[in-house]
Amino acid sequence: MKMLAMDTTTLVMGVAVLEEGKVLGEVTTNLSKKHSVRLMPTVDALLKDLDLPIEKIDVLAVTDGPGSYTGIRIGVTTAKTIAWARKIPLYTESSLTVLAMNGLHFSGLVVPLFDARRQRVYTGVYRPDHQHLTEILPQRVMPIDDLLGHLAEHTEPVLFLGDDVKNFQEKIICQLGTRAIMGGPAENIPRPSQLAWLAWRKMEQGIPSASETMTPNYLQLTQAEANLLQKQGNGECLNGERRTD
Amino acid sequence: MKKRRDLVLGIETSCDETSAAVVENGTKVLSNIISSQMDVHRQFGGVVPEVASRRHVERITVVIDQALREAHVSLEEINAIAVTQGPGLVGALLIGVSAAKALSFATGVPLISVHHIAGHIYANHLVKPLEFPLVALVVSGGHTELIYMEGHNQFQRLGRTRDDAAGEAFDKVARLIGLPYPGGPQIDRLAAQGSPSYDLPRAWLEPESLDFSFSGLKSAVIQLLHKAKQKNEKIVLPDLAASFQQSVLEVLITKAIRAVRQTGVNHLLLAGGVSANSALRTQLLMRCEQEGICLHIPPLELCTDNAAMIASAGTYLYYEGKYADLSLNADPGLALVSSST
Ligand SMILES: [Zn+2]
Repeated sequence: MKMLAMDTTTLVMGVAVLEEGKVLGEVTTNLSKKHSVRLMPTVDALLKDLDLPIEKIDVLAVTDGPGSYTGIRIGVTTAKTIAWARKIPLYTESSLTVLAMNGLHFSGLVVPLFDARRQRVYTGVYRPDHQHLTEILPQRVMPIDDLLGHLAEHTEPVLFLGDDVKNFQEKIICQLGTRAIMGGPAENIPRPSQLAWLAWRKMEQGIPSASETMTPNYLQLTQAEANLLQKQGNGECLNGERRTD
Repeated sequence: MKKRRDLVLGIETSCDETSAAVVENGTKVLSNIISSQMDVHRQFGGVVPEVASRRHVERITVVIDQALREAHVSLEEINAIAVTQGPGLVGALLIGVSAAKALSFATGVPLISVHHIAGHIYANHLVKPLEFPLVALVVSGGHTELIYMEGHNQFQRLGRTRDDAAGEAFDKVARLIGLPYPGGPQIDRLAAQGSPSYDLPRAWLEPESLDFSFSGLKSAVIQLLHKAKQKNEKIVLPDLAASFQQSVLEVLITKAIRAVRQTGVNHLLLAGGVSANSALRTQLLMRCEQEGICLHIPPLELCTDNAAMIASAGTYLYYEGKYADLSLNADPGLALVSSST
């Protein structure tokens, strides 16, 4: 059984093929170049290298956010269309969880983050435990100060992951001192093979695959919707936590 | 001899309609599914691009699935996949382009990129085969253009708007006088109850020019409303709507006839969302009858954005082997022709 996984939620574009417990191939770039142009040709090239026609792919995986809204939609649209056309199941994963997997063997807390602008981050807090990540702060968009305030309540070392961590480095060190550990270059990019592994485990656990009407997890309303809600006087509630599916 | 059956799947997501269609041999609509977001955007008073993109990604697979079901065609029977590459909202276009590329990759079927305006022109082809040479007047919220066609896939631009599109002018003026979105049909309705008694300008530009300009007209309406307010005069809105509409239509019709005369063709086509305007339809028909020009107007359901028109236009690119590859990108400013005449 072979799984094709793709991730276009951030500047990193990743495509991987997993067979049972083995990564057959993986392409990752970290470039400000259009995912819309490069995703399909990259998938095509990787499958050709592996001598795998698309007919040989049994299952798909894609990240459904958070990240760049456009990037999320390119990956999700591409993956769910292939899944529908080939009549194969599609599994979705959070891009933050995929990134957090790079800290799976860290003893302490793992914090993946993406810059959400205006001093806010897309983030979640994880505790690695026997090959699994336990989410101890559910994914959300939040002010960096609130995140650091939350982390200050813990005593363990904290591993920060993601290329955007450097945007907040000073604040992090100021708050957490030597408890803060920054990921290295290889750990700071989400790996499509980790996405594939996460999805594979979902599949093995018998968790249902995503449907054709699945929607991305942007973690934020659009500005227009937020304004409208505010006008109607109930602005808070919808802007918070990640929907669970 | 058994006639070949070419089936093209069309996908259109350039603005606020998610649409997929199956068209046979470029002319016969087997299905044309349109999932409109009008109700969503109405509450914002216009199309919000990010909201539109989010809706497209939710609806796209379901809409494609419905198009095949309704056409009683399986994906394996499709000969080509045609998609709107542009112009339009980039985030919205990307959903259709991503889906079309994924389908082409998953099935090995050729991918065709279609210009949205070409699609609007080919909406007429779904009613009655196009007869060349012809002139098309394309009027919508994003476009006001006069196009000359000598044959399939051959587009020459004769004229275009230098500022606002006609449909855009309708929407803006509708907002000025407090009509809800979308403003075009509202003005059309209101104008029918009034008479064009207000004096508003017509932008003819240079003599013999086939270009358009509607921003001055919009300013004139603003001024008129402003003056009336200062003098505490009451504006008769149906009359204002009728005056504004007449000012737009007169220019559109005069320049379309001029384009037909300058090129010496017999056939004039109306295309795009504004072709749903009832006054435009009747007045243009009358003028064409007087002038002995064959006028072709698509039925109302094919005037607005739909994927059948994209599939139809795509069929002739498919016949010419003009395929796109998997690196196809959405192009919000895509030009129909590389240069104008
Ligand atoms: Zn249109």
